[in-house]
Amino acid sequence: MLISQSLTQVYPSGGQELTVLQDVSFEIPAGEFLAIVGPSGSGKSTLLGLLAGLDRPRSGRVILDGQDLSALTEDGRARLRGEKVGFVFQSFHLIPTLTARENVQVPLELRGEEARVRADELLDRVGLAARAHHYPAQLSGGEQQRVALARAFSNRPRILFADEPTGNLDAATGQSVIELMDRLNHELGTTLVLVTHDTDLAGRARRMIRLMDGRVVADSAA
Amino acid sequence: MNRTKFVLAMAWRESRAARRRLVLLTASVTVGVAALVAINSFTDNLRTTAQSQARVLLGADIQVRGHKPFSSRAETLVDSVAGCSALPCPSVSTVISFSAMAYVPRTEGTRLVQVEGVDGTYPFYGSIRTAPREAWDRLQSGRNVIVDPSLLAALNARVGDSLALGEARFVITGTIVDVPGDVGVRTAFGPRVYVPGQYLAETGLLVAGSRYDYERYLKISAGDPQPIANGLKKQLADELLTVRTVADNQANLDRALDQLGRYLGLVALIALLLGGLGVASAVHVFIRRKLETIAILRCLGAGSGQLFLIYLLQAGGMGLIGSALGALAGIVLQLALPAVLADFLPVDVTFSVSWPAVFTGLGTGLLVSILFALLPLLGVRRVSPLVVLRRPFEEVRRAGIDFWKFPVYLVLAASVIGLAAFQVGNLVSGLAFAVGIGFILGVLALAAFLLSWSLRRWFPRWLPYLWRQGLANLYRPANQTLAVLLSLGFGTVLLSTLYLVQANLLHEFRVGASGPRANLVFFDIQPDERQPIEDRIRASGHPLEPAVPIVPMRIHSVKGRSVDAIRQDSNLVGEDGKPLDRWAFRHEFRSTYRDTSVSSEKVVLGKWWTPGHADTTVIPISVEVEVAGELGVTVGDTMVWDVQGLLLTTRIVNLRKVDWVRFEPNFFVVFPEGPLAVAPRSYVALTRVPDPAGLGRLQRQVIQRFPNVTAIDLTLIQVSLERLIARVVLVIRFMALFSLATGAVVLIGAVATSRYQRVREGVLLKTLGATRSQIAGILAVEYFALGSLAVLTALVLSGGAGWLIMKWVFDTPFAIPVGALGWLAFGVVGLTLAVGLLNSLEVLGKPPLEVLRSD
Repeated sequence: MLISQSLTQVYPSGGQELTVLQDVSFEIPAGEFLAIVGPSGSGKSTLLGLLAGLDRPRSGRVILDGQDLSALTEDGRARLRGEKVGFVFQSFHLIPTLTARENVQVPLELRGEEARVRADELLDRVGLAARAHHYPAQLSGGEQQRVALARAFSNRPRILFADEPTGNLDAATGQSVIELMDRLNHELGTTLVLVTHDTDLAGRARRMIRLMDGRVVADSAA
Repeated sequence: MNRTKFVLAMAWRESRAARRRLVLLTASVTVGVAALVAINSFTDNLRTTAQSQARVLLGADIQVRGHKPFSSRAETLVDSVAGCSALPCPSVSTVISFSAMAYVPRTEGTRLVQVEGVDGTYPFYGSIRTAPREAWDRLQSGRNVIVDPSLLAALNARVGDSLALGEARFVITGTIVDVPGDVGVRTAFGPRVYVPGQYLAETGLLVAGSRYDYERYLKISAGDPQPIANGLKKQLADELLTVRTVADNQANLDRALDQLGRYLGLVALIALLLGGLGVASAVHVFIRRKLETIAILRCLGAGSGQLFLIYLLQAGGMGLIGSALGALAGIVLQLALPAVLADFLPVDVTFSVSWPAVFTGLGTGLLVSILFALLPLLGVRRVSPLVVLRRPFEEVRRAGIDFWKFPVYLVLAASVIGLAAFQVGNLVSGLAFAVGIGFILGVLALAAFLLSWSLRRWFPRWLPYLWRQGLANLYRPANQTLAVLLSLGFGTVLLSTLYLVQANLLHEFRVGASGPRANLVFFDIQPDERQPIEDRIRASGHPLEPAVPIVPMRIHSVKGRSVDAIRQDSNLVGEDGKPLDRWAFRHEFRSTYRDTSVSSEKVVLGKWWTPGHADTTVIPISVEVEVAGELGVTVGDTMVWDVQGLLLTTRIVNLRKVDWVRFEPNFFVVFPEGPLAVAPRSYVALTRVPDPAGLGRLQRQVIQRFPNVTAIDLTLIQVSLERLIARVVLVIRFMALFSLATGAVVLIGAVATSRYQRVREGVLLKTLGATRSQIAGILAVEYFALGSLAVLTALVLSGGAGWLIMKWVFDTPFAIPVGALGWLAFGVVGLTLAVGLLNSLEVLGKPPLEVLRSD
């Protein structure tokens, strides 16, 4: 489903170059639930960005569902994300000016599809059918993250990237969100890539990659 | 839902919350569109009204005009055209107008007036309104006059008083309320006095050599007057007469209104383009706030083109709303324009909404919104989806040259040229306008760059902390130096240029009570009156300048070609190939003779003749350089002059440049002493009387004794001129207010550009222990520096522009009114400080934790 080949990323920093990722390689088969863990600054978010095609690596390649991301333009990668990728972020990143329903509709509308029925169905599945017309600011953190989950699954993604999805939630709400994610992963057969520094959360994944100073230091079944 | 629908839906949904944030964009466009719609709609209305009253404005179907009574051939032709065989002809009316001194014996007041001798049928169309109402109808019934109310005020007279014109006495029976087609400012130079034509001869003022206009008004009972007038024009081609019809009048009026509308519209366009800068900064701020939303949409698969369109639609939508509000305001504002322009308008304008003006305003506003939104919107394409993961870092990393900016710059420049060309009506002026604006903005941008650069290079580390922090704000990343300098500087350049030109013009016209120049001029002094009048002036104890002789003459031939032959030449061009002006060949020149040049003129080509040694067979003459150009003559050319029947052969020996603005007797043509000594002539005598009472007394003494002599009090003319200029300036200032209002909106926008950064910095400083007054101090230093530099740059620019205008348009010296400009500078810096600090209240009021948490 996803192949990372010798990924290296370098950012300029104070006139010098800072290597954030170095020679990271692994493969993720379809339907896998993978956790990427590591301390702050180990390169987790950078790796997630590269895997999802949000950025280009300095060297190496990412092949997502058979498609080499380095061969695509920025808009080409955006289209690929719209078709095959879902996201869940630590800060939810809902669009503040859209209602919950409209937020869930966006990925499908981008593909030119009718989205209202699907959005309502997903909101129902995450338990928020009654709050479809609310704006993000009118929802609690847990509710916002559930809307984000509904949005992430709305385009039936082949792969879902989650960046510290429970980082901004209390323990109980975080637990319910992660269970929901797990359930959707099972029901829809979506590949799940979870970035976290929470080892308990990572323990729910079937495989765990540990990063340290931009390198893979462990790749094991959880 | 297809992709286009998605873009539309997103633009709509996004805009629900954005409208409040884009209010600056809306306001930036509103003011300019309001001005544009008001001006264009008003001139449209003016044109329509003028068209509907075309006949009333002329008062007849055809007007024939000359500077002396018509020849009997011309009289017969005119009368036959009007269908008259016997006199008096009911369809022909005669008006004779000239300047003369009016004198009211009861108050002993004298004043130069414009006498209009009319007969009973004038005007054929429309009516002259008087107070009392019946005064006009009774005018012809005796020795009555109807006068401008301003004359009564000036002479301290009232209805019923006796009024002397030359040797005749009249009774003031009423005052003028309204004359169709009359322009208010006209009375500034001489109040009108309507006199029954039959008694004009009794004044004794219409003698040979005096200057007056002789007009015949014709009413055509059947058929189109235009072909009749065309026939008359052909038949009267040899006479020095002008034939005008309602259509000619209309065409002239249309041209004048067109010019008025176009140039006032240009001032409105400046306000609108200035608003464009406001649009750009509003969109810039908006996009910065939307970075995260854009990044999320990128993550979810939105393409850069789609995102660009979503935000362009929002900017366009808000621009359209701003334009619509502006159009509405413009329609209302239009009601205020007649009050401002009243003195320049020949008709009372009826109010109606001009839809073409409204749609032009809407279109221009929308276009400006979209064009100026393009540049900041280009940034939308470059927002990385990574912003959602690592925002501050990504914002900096994405900086770099965007090559799409260059075509956008080109489109912007082309559009500004196009809009200006559309408004002015020709491409060259449009181009000049755009280049001028570009130059001003370029210099302001250069000043901003130099300020930032020099501060960084030579930072004054010795200054106290608040000053250092405030000045450092001027060059740190995301500073507002450029935005504030452009928005503030542009409006200030306009205002101060306007002020400089006005102040210099008034200064030039001012005779000044303490100056050495003459302030009382006596005209039309006959040779036998010269000595007694000079004696009278000397006896009053006032200085007397040498009397200046005036000899009326016409051109007989130029370089061997007779004037008739030249005038019939359809291809009238000078030696340099430029077309010649027929006016100059028909003009009655009032020349003088003397052997030396005077201080208000300068020889630019050739030499002055040696006094007393002028050739008498071929007389050397001096010609004013502009009129020489119009006649197509230069030094060495011969001209034959017709001096009331006597032909004099002359050769041009020099060309003079004359400073016409000085109130001194100046002439197109100067002869040497001698050859004209026997020609019929009159004299002008000049003196200086410092006290107003003495001035009135001397005028009265001379006029009572010599009624044909005209006295002009130059201080009165100067006051009238100042009033006239003040009216013109009021109109221009009224328009400039739009630029200032837009400038304030743009300034708020410019300050808002960096407001979020300032809030964060202010809060961090507060967290570290800074007090509110310290933060306010830092901001005050920043805005004071910005305001001062903007004003300084603007003053240098407007000084240059003012100097150019005074030199090339008015050809007069240039001085800088330091005091007044100091006040302007003070005002603008004050405005900057006020807007800056008011906009930053958020920085001062916000609790630190609120901001730090949201980071």
